[in-house]
Amino acid sequence: MHIPDGFINGATSAGFGVAAAGGLGAAIKQTGRYLSERQVPLAGLVAAFVFAAQMVNFPVSIGVSGHLLGGVLAAVLIGPWAAFVVLSVVLIVQGMVFADGGLSALGLNIFNMGFIGAVGGYAIYRMLLRVMPKDGRGVTLAAGIAAGIAVPLSAMGFLLQYIIGGTTTVATGTVFTALLGTHLLIGIGEGVITALVVGAVVRSRPDLVYGAPDYAGQRTEVLT
Amino acid sequence: MKDRRLFLVGLVVAILVAMVVAQFASSNPDGLEFVAEQEGFAESATDHGLADSPLADYGENLSDNDGVNTAVAGLVGTLLTLAIGYGIFWLARRTNRTSSEVP
Repeated sequence: MHIPDGFINGATSAGFGVAAAGGLGAAIKQTGRYLSERQVPLAGLVAAFVFAAQMVNFPVSIGVSGHLLGGVLAAVLIGPWAAFVVLSVVLIVQGMVFADGGLSALGLNIFNMGFIGAVGGYAIYRMLLRVMPKDGRGVTLAAGIAAGIAVPLSAMGFLLQYIIGGTTTVATGTVFTALLGTHLLIGIGEGVITALVVGAVVRSRPDLVYGAPDYAGQRTEVLT
Repeated sequence: MKDRRLFLVGLVVAILVAMVVAQFASSNPDGLEFVAEQEGFAESATDHGLADSPLADYGENLSDNDGVNTAVAGLVGTLLTLAIGYGIFWLARRTNRTSSEVP
């Protein structure tokens, strides 16, 4: 998912870079408003975990792999703005220390994985939460499905950037189909990992989960 | 589970994922790389400016031992991300508190 230098032209990359920098500043400010003192270590830990998990590429089809993006995972645990900060930090470390993801493409990648993946993914999670059973399983399921949808959506972010400023002239229709196909598969892995991690934290410490309603620590049987 | 214990357990899990589980990561191209190769725009990628740095590509230039390279890169990256993330969130929290206390 990490866009290297060269795929998208300089002007487009710079535009997304400016937008990402502004977004990061706003997200840090928003995070300061709602994050409690107790959640600060957890938020740092979520950043470390997303970095670690992104190192693990899992096979999704013959010759194709994918890795966790972690946007919805982070957003459900510590809120969408803190999740945007987490993805930005991870992408900056990857780009500036591990040469993963182009330096000029940082803004493009932050937009796709941080804004669409975390903030957009969290909006999907909130919508799904309404139709889910009102218990911890509902929270887990909504997080997993939202994470699965967020991955192909993030890939569509790249398609948008490619349409605006792609340096090559491949027909966007075929790029769309190929992107959607591979990222639907990667989304399944994203959904499973997200559901496993969110489920584990909701079961042990529902009070620490930003996106979990008060009923998350209860069972359906108790409610009905 | 107490907050501190949860934090330590989480940190150990993250480090194990980066140092150990990452050893078994698939080396096949990821979704975007695969599409770029298939659709013929992979060559438009230019070399990363830091491609020769010691930790580039998760430690590829460190030694001949890929396992060690991945483990070192995983440990350094996880702790570095933790430190930067923790620092930013701590500052965000602190800045907000001070600004709300001063009328």
